[in-house]
Amino acid sequence: MTEVLDAESSPRMSKTRSAPRATAETMAAKQRDISVSEFFVKNRHLLGFDNPRKALLTTVKEAVDNSLDACEEAEILPDVTVVIEDLQPDRPASAKSSRYRITVVDNGPGIVRKQVEHIFGRLLYGSKFHRLKMSRGQQGIGISAAGMYGLITTGKPMVIHTKPKPGQPAHHIELAMNTKTNRAEVTVDKETRFFPPERFRDLTPGTRELAASNQFLSPTAYTTGTSVSIELEGRYQKGRGSVDEFLELTAIANPHARITFVPPSKESAAEEEDVPLLKRGAKAVEPAAAETTSPPPPPEPAITTETSGVTVYPRGVNELPPETKEIQPHPRGVELGMLLQMLKEAETEKPGYTLYNFLQDKFSRISASTASTFCDKIKVSSRAKVADIDHAKAELLYKEMQEAKLPPPPTDCLAPIGVRQLLAGLLKGVRAEFYAASSREPDVYRGRPFLIEAAIAFGGQLATEDTCRVIRFANRVPLLFQQSACSSFKAVAETNWRNYDLQQPRGAVPVGPLVIMIHMASVWVPFTSESKEAIADYDEIRKEMKLALMECGRKLGTYLRKRLKMRRESERRDVFERYIGEIAKSINAITGTDARKVYNALLEQARAKTAVADLVLDDEGKRIKEEDPADQDGVIIVESGAGLRSVDKSGAAGPPVAALSKAEAAQLTVASLAKGGDDDQPRLIDTETPRRLSQKGKAAPAKSAKETRSAPDKPAKLPDKAAKPSEKPAARTVAAPPPPASKAAEPKPKPKMRLINGKLVPVDDGPKLF
Amino acid sequence: MSKKPVRTASSKKDRDAVTMKRVVGLADTVARTTLSGREPVIHVPTRALSNTVWDKKHGILRMGEARQERELFNLNQAKVFMQTLLHSESIKSLIEADKTLSLRAMFYKGLHTIAGTKEKTFADQDESDAILEDLEVTLGSLREELHIFAKKAGTMVGNITIIDTGDEIDCRRMGSGGYAIPSIVEPDIIQFKKCDARFVLHVEKNTVWSRFNEDKFWQKHNCILTEGGGQPPRGVRRLLARLNRELGLPIYCLLDCDPWGHYIFSVIKQGSMSLAFESERLAIPEAKFIGLRAMDYDRCQLTDDVQIALNDNDTKRAKQIADYPWFKGHRGWQKEIDRLLSNGFKMEVESLITKDISYVTETYVPERLKAKDWLD
Ligand SMILES: Nc1ncnc2c1ncn2[C@@H]1O[C@H](COP(=O)(O)OP(=O)(O)O)[C@@H](O)[C@H]1O
Ligand SMILES: [Mg+2]
Repeated sequence: MTEVLDAESSPRMSKTRSAPRATAETMAAKQRDISVSEFFVKNRHLLGFDNPRKALLTTVKEAVDNSLDACEEAEILPDVTVVIEDLQPDRPASAKSSRYRITVVDNGPGIVRKQVEHIFGRLLYGSKFHRLKMSRGQQGIGISAAGMYGLITTGKPMVIHTKPKPGQPAHHIELAMNTKTNRAEVTVDKETRFFPPERFRDLTPGTRELAASNQFLSPTAYTTGTSVSIELEGRYQKGRGSVDEFLELTAIANPHARITFVPPSKESAAEEEDVPLLKRGAKAVEPAAAETTSPPPPPEPAITTETSGVTVYPRGVNELPPETKEIQPHPRGVELGMLLQMLKEAETEKPGYTLYNFLQDKFSRISASTASTFCDKIKVSSRAKVADIDHAKAELLYKEMQEAKLPPPPTDCLAPIGVRQLLAGLLKGVRAEFYAASSREPDVYRGRPFLIEAAIAFGGQLATEDTCRVIRFANRVPLLFQQSACSSFKAVAETNWRNYDLQQPRGAVPVGPLVIMIHMASVWVPFTSESKEAIADYDEIRKEMKLALMECGRKLGTYLRKRLKMRRESERRDVFERYIGEIAKSINAITGTDARKVYNALLEQARAKTAVADLVLDDEGKRIKEEDPADQDGVIIVESGAGLRSVDKSGAAGPPVAALSKAEAAQLTVASLAKGGDDDQPRLIDTETPRRLSQKGKAAPAKSAKETRSAPDKPAKLPDKAAKPSEKPAARTVAAPPPPASKAAEPKPKPKMRLINGKLVPVDDGPKLF
Repeated sequence: MSKKPVRTASSKKDRDAVTMKRVVGLADTVARTTLSGREPVIHVPTRALSNTVWDKKHGILRMGEARQERELFNLNQAKVFMQTLLHSESIKSLIEADKTLSLRAMFYKGLHTIAGTKEKTFADQDESDAILEDLEVTLGSLREELHIFAKKAGTMVGNITIIDTGDEIDCRRMGSGGYAIPSIVEPDIIQFKKCDARFVLHVEKNTVWSRFNEDKFWQKHNCILTEGGGQPPRGVRRLLARLNRELGLPIYCLLDCDPWGHYIFSVIKQGSMSLAFESERLAIPEAKFIGLRAMDYDRCQLTDDVQIALNDNDTKRAKQIADYPWFKGHRGWQKEIDRLLSNGFKMEVESLITKDISYVTETYVPERLKAKDWLD
């Protein structure tokens, strides 16, 4: 593992990080001698193409990661559409694989024409590798490898449409890599007016339906961008490790992205291994964000929806993740081999480079005085040239670097997803009743800054008997394989969930209706192996993970205890209410006092009585601390499930099905949710520059208009404001937080609930007695 | 309900009116409390030894002031609160219809499924019986006054003629079965027409009573012979009390020599804990205990066969009874119970049969009476 890490930690390392470090240089030279395809075939298992199903996934993953990275860098709220076409729909039912065309379209900045060949036609060509910066790309193998795989399995070139400038034609380029020269051969190079590609709109009933309401590959949403199509031999199958799961989890970790997925018409023959996170239910029609198009904007879903097979993961928040800085490696994170290579490269870069300057320039946290201390310690003059540092001296320097007391590396290279975004992401993808998230402060492992975030979703429609589901992310990219080898999984198992009133077999992950999400953000995520599916088990990392999980667990525990208490209270109230009718009737028979009056008076007392008990004493008769789970930070409670909705016969403008807690309403105005409420200046996604979040996850001031490269033409007509509110309140599945003022004066009394077999069931108003 | 019931009514009509007023008062208090925004409470006098007061002067047990609060808004009491009102309602309708029901029938009268649930108002008759006992003390009314039958387990023969609801009954001509004492024996139901008897002999059990009746004991000794099937029901106690008070007849009790017998005597003489509020009408402070005595084993020269070993429970019970305030200062009773305990066995009245079939009627009781040999 150390070997792998050595290689990974090198900011200068060649793209084939799987290759042994010692041969990095030599290998680069040899690449001309071996056929690229031969190299590829040899290494396909390391690159994520070991089987047809994984090849399909890896291709989608590479393209989607690139799209998200590009959008974020250009400060565009990502809108990504993934289409998988089955090119052999008539294959025998038993066929285990088929030929597919994968197309990923984004609304990113597009690609400058002359770069296209390099990006897509050369293995090991990218912009993200040569820097120590948090991004998705560095985890991948590059889009050209996917193109390569397609070429090998189908002989078909990649088709790229890219439109770097709004209002100008897009480039249509088809290219295939010449495996002998490792250079792209462009077969088609023309201009097209059609971006995003038009033909997909008519592909399936679902795309037709969505396109009709401008929700599918709309030219207004994709004013610039890139579309990449790759044909390949693959296998489409749902379940664990599927494209579906990948997109689903990507949507959760990237609530600022809107993702649309058009799956192939059918799955490949094989059993379904597992079910995806979200059991897709009926099509929901929740309005969320309005788009600024001339035809009245269609309501956009606030939760994941399916329209005739097309899944839309809507945008949950309207802020981009914080911009991250590139950093220099911290001395403590440097391995000897890496140091040697850096020295060597420095020599080539600037002949006569002094060690003194080299140390200050190439590492973080080395000041002039630290640099001279290092020179002293290894007994060289501060004017010594890097070229003069021999192996022995380098080793000495390396040792000193490990031992030196230095400030930790800067952490502004990290972009947390943020509590609010974590919640928004889970909220749209997981139908639970309780959500909690926590985002830790950055920490350092071996000189490398990292940051852990955790979130949990509990209850609701999640399965009760199964072990919980752990979903893992590194730099917002889902990790789909090798779960049990992952540090995060161990952290989940080591956390004592029984403390939070959950069931947990000894040494295992908890059991119950629970989804646990762990995200590690780092400029360098340590993976256990080249396939980059499990985070290596560093004490510092695991400790942070556990702390984040405990934070969430505590919130859940508070909620569960409260819920149990509420359940007991309602049982108690239920007992009282049960007898009240009989009592009122008897009193009426004996004294003639109006039964209704007595009943109402007693009912009021029963409610007051149990409410008082709520406040004053807990089950053991102790005074209850002011501890309302809903008042905690980073918590969303969806107060009731679908059962409640059925009560609301009036349909429109019913009581909120899910209310955000007070704290939520104040602090966690999840953008898409807040739209239904008191905001009289609804934010229109495309009229404003998307705001970036600061490092702390709070919205940072928007950049000046000049810096904004994607500001589309200002919409000619703003949607009629007066008309808006009327269309908004229509049956939301996840309702907006009611404005605090209106909370007191509820528009409609809550339906009376009765606890039957541990479930709250609506009942009509009191026993029918009178 | 809060004040101690004062019993003044004498005619059935008057008693019904009083009972009705109390039932309505109970429900009305609940209604008014509720409508004024307070939580309703029913005060139920505590039926326990701890809540009885020994009236030394009158030699009777009186009810104390302790009351339990029966709250609706208390998980353990909500249901009994409801049941109390349900039965109150039933009692009101019984008085109105001038009908009387048995305990079992009352259980069925109050029984139904609570609206909107699957729960029944009463799980079993025991629940219902307990509520009715509570209502008796809460309302300060006898069970009979609530229009509920008490069990008829008493029998009477002897030199007396009575009128029972208009029918003249000559207790000298009751055959082998005797006159069944009803549960309501108030003067408007039963009047004493002609009495020649000089005393009443009350025996514990029907078997013993039959022996005395067959031997025409009441003819020979000019008395009234009663039995109460163990602990005498209130009808029997009330009748004995009336015979004692209105006709001045002494009451002699022939009971087993065991803690149970002693307890029965205590109830007849001083009153019971559960009906302490009725002691004034039911207790007979002048009642005498003529046997069986612990010393009779020796005195009558009985054989080992009649001994029934005291068990732990008997011993405990005997000690408790010895501690009753009305026995506590009584040397005769202290000695009697000490003797019982030192004997280590109990004896039944029937054991005297080992001497002779009619030993008890011809020898034992006459000798005791003649010798004025009793405990009071
Ligand atoms: N959809 C896209 N839009 C804009 N630029 C892109 C897109 N895809 C790839 N690129 C550019 O091409 C480079 C190479 O991509 P890739 O081969 O996947 O390597 P990596 O993502 O690791 O940098 C990226 O760094 C990015 O600059
Ligand atoms: Mg990439």
